[in-house]
Amino acid sequence: MSLHIDQQVVADVLIVRLRGELDHHSADELRQQMEEKILKGSVRNIILSLEHLHFMDSSGLGVILGRYKQITGRGGEMVVCSINPFIHRLFELSGLFKILKIRENEDEALQLLGVA
Amino acid sequence: MMNNKNFMQLQFSARSENESFARVAVASFVSKLDLTLDELEEIKTAVSEAVTNSIIHGYDEDPEQIVIVTAGYTDESIEIMIEDHGKGIVDIEEARQPLFTTKPELERSGMGFTIMENFMDSIEILTGVNKGTKVILHKNLVKNKAICN
Repeated sequence: MSLHIDQQVVADVLIVRLRGELDHHSADELRQQMEEKILKGSVRNIILSLEHLHFMDSSGLGVILGRYKQITGRGGEMVVCSINPFIHRLFELSGLFKILKIRENEDEALQLLGVA
Repeated sequence: MMNNKNFMQLQFSARSENESFARVAVASFVSKLDLTLDELEEIKTAVSEAVTNSIIHGYDEDPEQIVIVTAGYTDESIEIMIEDHGKGIVDIEEARQPLFTTKPELERSGMGFTIMENFMDSIEILTGVNKGTKVILHKNLVKNKAICN
């Protein structure tokens, strides 16, 4: 199984929905696709929706941290939602929980960013 | 490798698309054992970390090179060895530090060894500069029966 990336822009929010497996192989593709949207300029905030992400390793943490730095460097925010217990554990282990905002689902994430 | 009841070995080209192949193959091999879904995920993730390290750090992503994965189990434990003949690790203690990476420009998180250590019962690293690296991952099976939850 590889990674399927679905991107949608709602107001100034880029919603990125991931399905499948995020590892070193698929991380490059995710970085490229997200950067393309972020650098276009109309995107201010990011929601990463991980409901259907079945596998992730430290390469995934790296690409998420990279986009976090990119969007906060431009004055925006990143919210991660719909994470399963296993990815929850990876976030805890890596300390990403301390810097990322986490919400239950996309609606709550959109509310947090003032787009409801 | 330990004195195995059963074992298998894989060799594959150091290409990133083989990372998923390696972790799924190992998970499939140990699937006959009475593991929880969490334990299977832990094994898959640890294998993915070690194989990714061999490809990125051992071989600088040279697809001509070969990664070898050997897995075996007894009634007591699972042992998985991920082996490359690449450039080796200069300072193991440094490499094991959380968030340490030699390749920050590639957005490496530096969490690979931390994840392997947390998800497995023990890990061993045998390495030498230009002599390659062997990472041996251990998972105990007996504790499942003892705790019985």
